[in-house]
Amino acid sequence: MNRKIRVLVAKPGLDGHDRGAKVVARALRDAGMEVIYTGLRQSPDQIVQAAIQEDVDVVALSILSGAHMTLFPRVTELLAEKGASDILVLGGGVIPEDDVPFLKSKGVRAIFGPGTPTQATIDFIETNVAAR
Amino acid sequence: MTRAEPSSGEIASRILAGDERALARLLSALEDGDAWGVESLKSLRAPTAETPSRPQASSHVIGVTGPPGSGKSTLVDKLISAYRGRGERVGVLAVDPSSPFSGGALLGDRIRMQGSPREGRAADPGLFIRSLASRGRLGGLSRASAAMARALEAAGYGLILVETVGIGQSEVDIARLADTVVLVAMPSAGDDIQTIKAGVMEIGDIFVVNKADREGADRAVRELRSALGLSRSALELRASAVPRSAPEDRPLYAAHPAPAPRSPDDDLAPVLKTTASTGEGVSELVTAIDARRERLIASGEFDARRRRGAMAEARFLLSSLVLEELESLEGGLEEELAGRMVRGEVEAAEAAALLFDSIRKGGKRA
Repeated sequence: MNRKIRVLVAKPGLDGHDRGAKVVARALRDAGMEVIYTGLRQSPDQIVQAAIQEDVDVVALSILSGAHMTLFPRVTELLAEKGASDILVLGGGVIPEDDVPFLKSKGVRAIFGPGTPTQATIDFIETNVAAR
Repeated sequence: MTRAEPSSGEIASRILAGDERALARLLSALEDGDAWGVESLKSLRAPTAETPSRPQASSHVIGVTGPPGSGKSTLVDKLISAYRGRGERVGVLAVDPSSPFSGGALLGDRIRMQGSPREGRAADPGLFIRSLASRGRLGGLSRASAAMARALEAAGYGLILVETVGIGQSEVDIARLADTVVLVAMPSAGDDIQTIKAGVMEIGDIFVVNKADREGADRAVRELRSALGLSRSALELRASAVPRSAPEDRPLYAAHPAPAPRSPDDDLAPVLKTTASTGEGVSELVTAIDARRERLIASGEFDARRRRGAMAEARFLLSSLVLEELESLEGGLEEELAGRMVRGEVEAAEAAALLFDSIRKGGKRA
């Protein structure tokens, strides 16, 4: 009836920079979505528990530390364990081109690197959530 | 967007088996106004073989309210730790405002509900936190908050913390949802309590001056105590002058019944000092919350208050039904009346009466 797209924006791992995550969170809010931001230094367990309790459609992960090859797949794995692989997982931050195919093979649906217009992320979410 | 709708019995049994996702989906359904949400909540609350007679009050719903920046989320975080430490299952509903322009919301209360900054709080099966956007409802809550609190209760969360949108001066809805309202204030720079005004003062069952390590905390406590003493004598005066059920006792514009005045034999609401960032004073707050619950149950006020809350909720939903009905009226009566009001031919009160009449006659012109 009044369903809104709900998105969890999460910062896994140890880097302390969340400017990018906050810019994305704000852009999604302004596009009419309900965005839950959980702050810095979240473990994959915490992220997955939050995603499930908040009943989000999308988990948007942001990493600048280089740990994405371990942490992103851990999140998709845990979601699958909880029977929640229908939740869309997106990645952002400093992710080298070469790593993208591996991450996608692990269930990360899209990677949005530096310089991505926020509208591209919004469009991707709106299209793919509607198709869920 | 369509998602598969589970049957109400199935979702209830999954929730009772501890499936967090099923509970989360039910909360969404209630929030979105999906019909299956109401059905599932009913079957979740129905007596089962294990709990043949569900106790009326198996939970304690605590509202945490106060001005923005007073430290509500941090205090909630400390209360979570205290009650989880005792082994109680804790449910949290944290409400933040929706943007009136985009309809979106940025919900950040979880940031401060992660346990201590050093260790963090590991994923905890006894803790369920849900962030809610107010979705256009004023009053510090969202439309379905009460139903969502009942879902958490039925799912076995014994302690339910409801954190409102940072309130200003008149948002008192939480008093109808919560068994106990904790009103959080902080030491202020001025020489009077500007942050807690009449109306909001009356809904507090326990008062907390948070950030008590700041200058002026003791003064804030004194001012709160004296303001409470004054408002109490005003209530007593009113109670003796007017029979309690008299319609004059209700605020003129309130859509809901007014909260009953504090009964005269009640002690004054406690005023405590906390420093949520360090945890100072939190165990005293827990003691006060527990004592309040015992007193409520012993006096029978617990059930009475829940009954009042239930009626207020039904009335609130009734008012939305009336407004929906109004929107489905045909014939442009509203536009016509708007024009006549602007020209000074019809007063607002008359227009309201005409619209109400038209609704009662099933949409035909009065």
